[in-house]
Amino acid sequence: MNLAETAPAPEGHVTPDGRRIGGVLMEMRNITLRFGGVVAIKDISFDIREGEIRAIIGPNGAGKSSMLNVISGFYVPQEGEVWFRGQRRGPMKPYEVARLGIARTFQNIALFDGMSVLDNIMTGRLTMMKASMLEQALWWGRAEREEVAHREQVEKIIDFLEIQAIRKTPVGRLPYGLKKRVELARALAAEPKLLLLDEPMAGMNVEEKEDMSRFILDVNDEFGTTIALIEHDMGVVMDLSDRVVVMDYGRKIGDGTPAEVRSNQAVIDAYLGVAHE
Amino acid sequence: MFYREAGDFKTSYRDDGQTFPIRLDRWGYYALLAVAFLVIPFVIDNYWANAILVPFLIYAIAAIGLNILVGYAGQLSLGTGGFMAVGAYAVYKLTTSFPDINIVIHVLLAGIITALVGMLFGLPSLRIKGFYLAVATLAAQFFLVWLFNKVPWFYNYSASGQINMPERSLLGQVITGPGTTPAAKYLLCLVFAVAVAWVARNLTRGTIGRKWMAIRDMDIAAEIIGVNPLNAKLTAFGVSSFFVGIAGALFFAVYLGAAEVGEAFGLNKSFLILFMIIIGGLGSIFGSFAGAAFMVLLPVLLKNVLVGGMGWPTDLAAYVELMIVGALIIIVLILEPHGLAQLWRLTKEKLRLWPFPH
Amino acid sequence: MDQLLYSAEVVLNGLMTGVMYALVALGFVLIFKASGVFNYAQGVMCLFAALTLVGIMNGQVPFAPLLSAITGNRIGTFGFTVPAALAVLLTAVVMVGLAWLINMLILRHLVNQAPIILFMATIGLAYFLEGLGDVMWGADVKVLDVGIPQGISESVEAWTHAVFGYGFFIDRLDIVAAVVATLLVAALVMFSQYTRQGRAMRAVADDHQAALSVGISLRFIWVLVWSIAGFVALVAGIMWGAKSGVQFSLSLIALKALPVLMLGGFTSIPGAIVGGLIIGVGEKLFEFWVGQLVGGATETWFAYVLALVFLVFRPQGLFGERIIERV
Repeated sequence: MNLAETAPAPEGHVTPDGRRIGGVLMEMRNITLRFGGVVAIKDISFDIREGEIRAIIGPNGAGKSSMLNVISGFYVPQEGEVWFRGQRRGPMKPYEVARLGIARTFQNIALFDGMSVLDNIMTGRLTMMKASMLEQALWWGRAEREEVAHREQVEKIIDFLEIQAIRKTPVGRLPYGLKKRVELARALAAEPKLLLLDEPMAGMNVEEKEDMSRFILDVNDEFGTTIALIEHDMGVVMDLSDRVVVMDYGRKIGDGTPAEVRSNQAVIDAYLGVAHE
Repeated sequence: MFYREAGDFKTSYRDDGQTFPIRLDRWGYYALLAVAFLVIPFVIDNYWANAILVPFLIYAIAAIGLNILVGYAGQLSLGTGGFMAVGAYAVYKLTTSFPDINIVIHVLLAGIITALVGMLFGLPSLRIKGFYLAVATLAAQFFLVWLFNKVPWFYNYSASGQINMPERSLLGQVITGPGTTPAAKYLLCLVFAVAVAWVARNLTRGTIGRKWMAIRDMDIAAEIIGVNPLNAKLTAFGVSSFFVGIAGALFFAVYLGAAEVGEAFGLNKSFLILFMIIIGGLGSIFGSFAGAAFMVLLPVLLKNVLVGGMGWPTDLAAYVELMIVGALIIIVLILEPHGLAQLWRLTKEKLRLWPFPH
Repeated sequence: MDQLLYSAEVVLNGLMTGVMYALVALGFVLIFKASGVFNYAQGVMCLFAALTLVGIMNGQVPFAPLLSAITGNRIGTFGFTVPAALAVLLTAVVMVGLAWLINMLILRHLVNQAPIILFMATIGLAYFLEGLGDVMWGADVKVLDVGIPQGISESVEAWTHAVFGYGFFIDRLDIVAAVVATLLVAALVMFSQYTRQGRAMRAVADDHQAALSVGISLRFIWVLVWSIAGFVALVAGIMWGAKSGVQFSLSLIALKALPVLMLGGFTSIPGAIVGGLIIGVGEKLFEFWVGQLVGGATETWFAYVLALVFLVFRPQGLFGERIIERV
């Protein structure tokens, strides 16, 4: 298997459960990321296709989170190219990346604790609000219209994720599982082209994991959102994802469908532990 | 029992988003405004205007300004006194240079000038955070006071170095200078305070307010969901300084009439306003009013009790006041970091359910 | 040549002032390292310590102004004076007691609060202490004389006159202050390197959780650190008090330790010293060369603006490490 190449997936193909996978949405080409002398990601290439659920897995310290941070623009790689929707993405500020239509959740929940659930989710739509400062100051024209219009959209997401009862609760008071759900809601509110989930099920019990898996599948199914996720729970990853990238020590050691990855010797070695040369 | 929201259903998102969603609150608010505009102007006397109501309204404007920066956007500033001085000197220069233009326009212009100065000193906030920023705002405080003290152009080369507000009228009524009636002073400040509170409320409940709070709660996450930090912080500095500048302009033009910069707008003024929002409640417009009222009333009360009632020397009473204020700040921070506003909210929650709490 | 010699004298005087700034900054750094509290009240602690020292030396009755007001009798002094050495010792005891009280009444209740809340609490503390100092000892300007030699050092003047043909004016008090500051820093370094408590202190500064897990009492360390900071404040208070009298403006001078810290980094003792010297020299030179042209008194803001401008270009300070942000 040539690791520099991305595992092929025929364009416009339809998955067994009837979802349509489109062309390449995002492509990472020969990405290398260093922190001082430490190489976090070494020469990795892969792509993410429209409509698919793409997982990045690997042991602790493999560089998965760093990879996600490169995609979301928080880290700028020293080498390699990032292509999004057919265009090369130069070095950008994170907030500019967000405006391209990439939203994400965080491994350690990054909600705004001082604000209500509703306000938190509304922040997901900040980039779409166009009212000028003056209109907002006088609560006039677009300011009020936008507020109501976006509220309607946000309420749809609140219904979808079944968090109606907590909409006015300050986020700081919520239990962990619900916080994760609110964070997903905030990311969804941005109507992203690409949704990045950093360990969406970390620290959850089985029931909560099932709920979250259902939401992820539904998001992908109903909104057609492309999803890239990092997850440790192998069972979940294999069930959810269309294709999987496996990382170890900053390198890519496998790429393909769950079935292909499962039978890949390098992947098995990395997970079962073979002495590294 | 008496305070309830049962049956007060909202059928549109517009209704749900209004400032006073509970009907009783709305009525209370309208009643308060009616009293403030229609009753007080007819009964107000010099003592109430100068000792309590006018400073209360002006400080409330400044506190709202600082609360936007500290309470909503999370950028601690210790330069409020300096920014108030900018407003004061701006309105002085404007009104002495262009005496024929309406003073209200000058006050607003003074606010805009202060906003620009505030944004200039806010620029470092992109790179400097937390305590570092707080100390950096001290630079604004000390530099601005020094500037107004040392450059004679700012005080029109007056021999004393003071600035004196000339007499100006509005709608045929004298509103600045020695001949002003208490009612005129009060009404002018009231109009500004209500307008500022309304604008501040609009800004903080919408898009820009969410940007500020997002930056306050977690700046990195805010940036990743699409908030431009420079834009959010600079607008916070700008809007905050705009209000603070208006407060400074009114403080000089309407309240003091004559001012010496180090005395009127020193570091202590910065702390006074900061204490108002800590005690009143960070991130609350109502809290800004409550805190201003508290900090205006406390010295009056202490003076009446300690000096008037117990015959203590004035300076001793002032030191005791320092201790009480200091201790109060600590107590509020320990017991109720969201200040009087939160106490008020909790009381309402209790009242809402009373007498059946379960 | 003359200008150069003048400047050299200005630099030298600036260095001496810088030492004093560094002294105050030292107290900040100690507390910040060990407890993460940015203690705005450090400056007022200097004032309070100096007030207490003068009060004890003069045999003043504590709270005399308050007691007189309440009882109606004029209460002033006990009628005896206390020797300087004993008074310093007693004041040190008072500062330790104060440290203990601050921990019991304030810090214990604010654990786990955001740093900015703690910072604001110390602003409250500053106000309280300022009021307390005035109520306890009276607010009049006091002369502090603990027997430190003062006035222009003739030997320095004579010596420099012989060498450069121009006599340098240096206050003997400044020389003493420099020596004392050096000794104090040396003692602190010895303490933190070679004693058990010192090692515990460094452990706490490094990692609270880890320190707790090896059985170090955080509470004890905090009281210890605040006590040491109180003692440092006392020393700084003595020096400043002897130089310019004990009065409120002392706490404003001490406030200049803040920009010093911004330059040096909040966690670095060498940073505090170097930052103090840079600011001491910088503001004196600026006043000497530029201040005259713009009306003088630039010392009120120069330190802050310098620190601000510096930080914009190097946000981590002189000695701080570059921060890598993570999510």
